[in-house]
Amino acid sequence: MTRRYSALSLFKEGLAGQTGWKQAWRSPEPKPTYDAIVIGGGGHGLATAYYLANNHGITRVAVLEKGWIGGGNTGRNTTVVRSNYYYPESVELYGLAHRLYEGLSKDLNYNVMLSQRGMVNLCHSTAEMEIGARTVNAMQINGIDAELFSPDDVRRVAPIYNFSPDARFPVFGGIWQGRAGTARHDAVAWGYARAASRLGVDIIQNCEITDFIVEGGRCRGVQTTRGAIRAERIGMAVAGHSSVLAAKAGFRLPINSYALQACVSEPVKPILDTVVLSPGCGVYVSQSDKGEIVIGGGLDRIPSYAQRGNLPTLESVIAGVLEMFPIFGQLKLMRQWAGIVDVVPDSSPIIGPSPLPNLFLNCGWGTGGFKAIPAGGALLANLLATGKHNDISRPFDLDRFAAGRLIDEAAGSGIAH
Amino acid sequence: MQLFPCPFCGPRDETEFHYGGDAGNARPDGAEVPTDRWAGYLYLRGNPKGTAREIWVHMNCGEFFVMERDTVTHKVLSSTALGGEHTA
Ligand SMILES: Cc1cc2nc3c(=O)[nH]c(=O)nc-3n(C[C@H](O)[C@H](O)[C@H](O)COP(=O)(O)OP(=O)(O)OC[C@H]3O[C@@H](n4cnc5c(N)ncnc54)[C@H](O)[C@@H]3O)c2cc1C
Ligand SMILES: [Zn+2]
Repeated sequence: MTRRYSALSLFKEGLAGQTGWKQAWRSPEPKPTYDAIVIGGGGHGLATAYYLANNHGITRVAVLEKGWIGGGNTGRNTTVVRSNYYYPESVELYGLAHRLYEGLSKDLNYNVMLSQRGMVNLCHSTAEMEIGARTVNAMQINGIDAELFSPDDVRRVAPIYNFSPDARFPVFGGIWQGRAGTARHDAVAWGYARAASRLGVDIIQNCEITDFIVEGGRCRGVQTTRGAIRAERIGMAVAGHSSVLAAKAGFRLPINSYALQACVSEPVKPILDTVVLSPGCGVYVSQSDKGEIVIGGGLDRIPSYAQRGNLPTLESVIAGVLEMFPIFGQLKLMRQWAGIVDVVPDSSPIIGPSPLPNLFLNCGWGTGGFKAIPAGGALLANLLATGKHNDISRPFDLDRFAAGRLIDEAAGSGIAH
Repeated sequence: MQLFPCPFCGPRDETEFHYGGDAGNARPDGAEVPTDRWAGYLYLRGNPKGTAREIWVHMNCGEFFVMERDTVTHKVLSSTALGGEHTA
């Protein structure tokens, strides 16, 4: 039986006709009680379970997922990983995630295909260049790798951009992060699932939370489509559905749910080996390992739980792509899809206790939580294990709204909100 | 492309409209409003999955109105001027 992935196990399985591979994670029946329950089998939920077991030794843990793991935003995003944020609180958070990503394939014994091909945020005017310089300074002061790019630098990393003299969005320069790049999104979910399952975590799919069990004013478990399941510590990482579950738990959140779309072209030969974001065009683009051009843009215009996306936004995204890369005008689009993201007024996540005791939140990642999965998981695990914040999660508590201590990263998120 | 009903102009292209927040989220009044009441008004949202009552503005005519809408199917259930005198 082959459990660990290595060059040797690949070789042996090659000789054995690939018949010895073990199922990557177990699918047990839910138990009536656990030490901790994690609601939502996206990247953040699965990472939480893994770090609960790995960092805190809490292994009687269930991850409850209404559909299939990674079927939410984790499997629908455009896979960009970066830490080019502005405020020190965000730098701690996304910096931690970025460092964990760099060791993740080794930690999980699962290749998440992190590809640090660099990312450039373009500046299209002298005013944007000044903001760019300010961002680069802030990043450098906070110890994050960043470089202010000249037009020639941009031309070097993205020669196919529209540099013609009549371009609608001429390049004045850009913000470069060399350690940024992409990772395989499904692999992040599957890698955490496999590693957590091996440490004893029960991953239970097709199990929707329908209500909370509240006794003595505290959350003591959940009602699910597979029966009641109890625990004294419950974490929730359900992205676009946070408000739906919060309503069942009796509170409201500073969140609106929107569809965010993406699309990919047919695969073509390597032509773009970095991630390019243009705020002016409202678009970011990269090329996948399969050769597809992966295209993402801004939020849809109307609050929505319809996981498909609407046409006017897709049209403006495609128009933006053609401004940036006229050469892509010949490509055929293969697929378009959307995910429901949880948008918070300051574009920063909410991590911390909820108004219902024993229930803890990891939500509000909006359009940018894939890059944060290792940190979001580690921080929710810490909250579930200790009941308390650490220095990195503290600023992201729900109390920042009443206290007026917002961490406004609308610019750091890079696209229009 | 979806058509939204403006109570004043009738059915118009969705791109002419802008979302303005939850209907019925009244601004707190008076000098002694507690902090969490302000925070609730400014930030907390119902964000329902299903029927939602929302404020919208039709940018062409500049009128604000209440639209009842299903956030899953995007079906519009009703559309009324803020004072209630016009219904589409
Ligand atoms: C098109 C698109 C592009 C994006 N691009 C990027 C990017 O390039 N880089 C980046 O960093 N981020 C990106 N994001 C954002 C990123 O995908 C999310 O922030 C991140 O995946 C959130 O992870 P999660 O684990 O919190 O949520 P999800 O992966 O959505 O997982 C939540 C899970 O909860 C489950 N759930 C919901 N309700 C219940 C219930 N009642 N009971 C049980 N389970 C429930 C859902 O089925 C789902 O599987 C993008 C998002 C989209 C949609
Ligand atoms: Zn009108």
